[in-house]
Amino acid sequence: MTANAGFPQAHTGGYEPDVYDQLVQDTQNIIARYPQARSALLPMLHLVQSIDGFVSRRGIQFCAEQLGMTAAEVSAVATFYTQYKRKPNGDYTVGVCTNTLCAMMGGDAIYEELSEHLGIGHDETTEDGKVTLERVECNAACDFAPVVMVNWEFFDNQTPDTARTLVDELRLGNDVTPTRGPSKVCDFKHVSRVLAGFPDGLADEGPSAGEASVQGTQWAKNHQAPHSQHPDTAAETQGTPRDGEPHTGDEGSSAERPTGAGTPTTDDGKDLT
Amino acid sequence: MSSDVGLAPVLTSLWDHPQSWTLKTYLDNGGYQGLRQALTMAPADIVQAVKDSGLRGRGGAGFPTGMKWGFLPPDDGGPRYLVVNADESEPGTCKDIPLMMATPQYLIEGVAITSFAIGCTHAFIYVRGEVVHVYRRLLNAVEEAYAAGYLGKNILGSGFDLDVTVHAGAGAYICGEETALLDSLEGRRGQPRLKPPFPAVAGLYARPTVVNNVESVASVPQIIAQGAQWFTSMGTEKSAGHGIFSLSGHVERPGQYEAPLGITLRELLGMAGGMRGGRPLKFWTPGGSSTPLFTDEHLDVPLDYESVGAAGSMLGTRALQIFDDTTSVVRAVTRWTEFYAHESCGKCTPCREGTYWLKQVLRRIEAGQGTPGDIEKLLDLCDNILGRAFCALGDGATSCITSAIKYFREEFEAGMHTPAAELFPPQRTALFDYTPRTTALTAVGGH
Ligand SMILES: Cc1cc2nc3c(=O)[nH]c(=O)nc-3n(C[C@H](O)[C@H](O)[C@H](O)COP(=O)(O)O)c2cc1C
Ligand code: SF4
Ligand code: FES
Repeated sequence: MTANAGFPQAHTGGYEPDVYDQLVQDTQNIIARYPQARSALLPMLHLVQSIDGFVSRRGIQFCAEQLGMTAAEVSAVATFYTQYKRKPNGDYTVGVCTNTLCAMMGGDAIYEELSEHLGIGHDETTEDGKVTLERVECNAACDFAPVVMVNWEFFDNQTPDTARTLVDELRLGNDVTPTRGPSKVCDFKHVSRVLAGFPDGLADEGPSAGEASVQGTQWAKNHQAPHSQHPDTAAETQGTPRDGEPHTGDEGSSAERPTGAGTPTTDDGKDLT
Repeated sequence: MSSDVGLAPVLTSLWDHPQSWTLKTYLDNGGYQGLRQALTMAPADIVQAVKDSGLRGRGGAGFPTGMKWGFLPPDDGGPRYLVVNADESEPGTCKDIPLMMATPQYLIEGVAITSFAIGCTHAFIYVRGEVVHVYRRLLNAVEEAYAAGYLGKNILGSGFDLDVTVHAGAGAYICGEETALLDSLEGRRGQPRLKPPFPAVAGLYARPTVVNNVESVASVPQIIAQGAQWFTSMGTEKSAGHGIFSLSGHVERPGQYEAPLGITLRELLGMAGGMRGGRPLKFWTPGGSSTPLFTDEHLDVPLDYESVGAAGSMLGTRALQIFDDTTSVVRAVTRWTEFYAHESCGKCTPCREGTYWLKQVLRRIEAGQGTPGDIEKLLDLCDNILGRAFCALGDGATSCITSAIKYFREEFEAGMHTPAAELFPPQRTALFDYTPRTTALTAVGGH
């Protein structure tokens, strides 16, 4: 098929020419990161989602052409991974962790609350196109259980109330701030572009760590002399509790866990998409 | 038990610094001394130092790290690769993600030293895709390290070149299995490969490859900077050094506690404020959901590879998921099994079909609708998976079931007539008060 001014879509894979050109340029950038081009496929599928909001047919075709694969081969890969969406995704994926630890600590109750409140089930999207609800598997944040992920940013120590407020804010178009993440959650397409390996300049936002992450670090600071970080030199006199008995004598540590983390904010951030 | 037990914050020591992720903070605190030292050494001597340290893989299996590096065939002039396993998806495991968010430079320095030691000039970090801020921090850390000359061409004037690519996955637990990870990194479905050949011989792009866990690689700089003896002064003879213990669940202060291997849960609970509200401990996983459950009998088991193994489980990833007496073990095991059934890659029959049937039987037991013989059926299914599955996912799926039946058989028997939610109301297990919705109790679960 030769380039033909009368059919601008024909040689741009169904994309607007400027979008297509950018896609090609980004693809070259991705391929250059790897010794073999096919390794670019996963980032390219994230890239497709950053344009189309899901892994579209034209996106699959585009990947296939760029990497010299068949569309069937690309599809077979895309369907293997849960982050690749087969239908248009909402602006915000709200993923409630319902793996065992979070489920027990209250994740099931949070999921039930959101499902009823939004009137949708797993992998469904609200009619306004704002929120896609999901149950997600363990997201490596069990010490902050129960955890909710919004576009793969952490909302730690959630309750049904905080989670309901969170989705309400999202549906109102207000910014929400993750517990451990940038100052506001970016939309699905934006985040998909980051996952394709294109930094958005937000790495320096947000905290170093959450409260649970630093429990041991701070315990050691409060109970061990500096530079005596191992048992040879640590003059630790902390007693051990009897079976099942709480030990509440540690100073400088808060026994209760925050539950209202991830407070939604209403200030208008700059459009990051 | 000795009462002078302490923690050993090495990798976690800077996590409470307000700007812990920046290169500047890292350098202000002695960062990259290990790399400077390493670049003056012969690569073989670095491998030897890591062997001498006794460092064992922190990704679950506990394979000696230096020995793994030593398995690479002699240099044939072609490329060899380091691939860092940053997929962290084993339920309960939550140490690598905070490490990369708080102090990614520990990992980058470890990558540089490891690559120099094994003769690699292009290393990869495969991070799970569901942690976008961690990915940002990693990309940023790599950029900062290039700009400061710790990566790229002629690193610190040594003549050593190294490129690092940070690659985001897309959601699949099985991609943490090292050969599935390599297939995924090659742009394929993440399904395990037949071993042998092992990655050391034919890994990424069929070239010699070392796959190591984040915490393993991040432990290398201090071993080089402070010496193998410093490392072996912590831990036990066969389980040397420090490791991050991740406490989650019904404890007063869940979190990350980096300690010498061999610490006990009782000691860790002392630091974590004990069990929630002083309630009794019921069961816990010593190393993630793929390791057999422990109970309150095991509070004093030293958490090192040998002792945990001797007590019938595995140290795994030191992911201590802790549950008190309000928790239904049947509900816990059913949910984990739903996870394995969902994440089974489908390549082999025992795991693909077996996890499906396990899930069906467990669901009816949880609902109080078990049928006579169901417990035997579960054990029989597990028996047919364990040792017959193509990769360790299938084996791991059986661990929680067989151990739960061993310690709590009567709860499974109760599932012949009484729903788990009646015996153990979920609102008592949760960390907050709520009124359960009657409709949804059994609707949540598998995907
Ligand atoms: C199903 C499955 C999932 C795994 N997930 C991870 C993981 O997320 N991170 C990890 O480091 N190792 C994981 N492993 C272990 C790896 O296969 C491999 O042993 C490890 O990355 C080697 O690194 P190490 O020697 O430094 O521990 C997994 C294994 C299996 C079977
Ligand atoms: S054991 Fe399960 S995950 Fe592993 S290869 Fe077989 S089907 Fe796939
Ligand atoms: S179980 Fe929810 S983050 Fe681990």
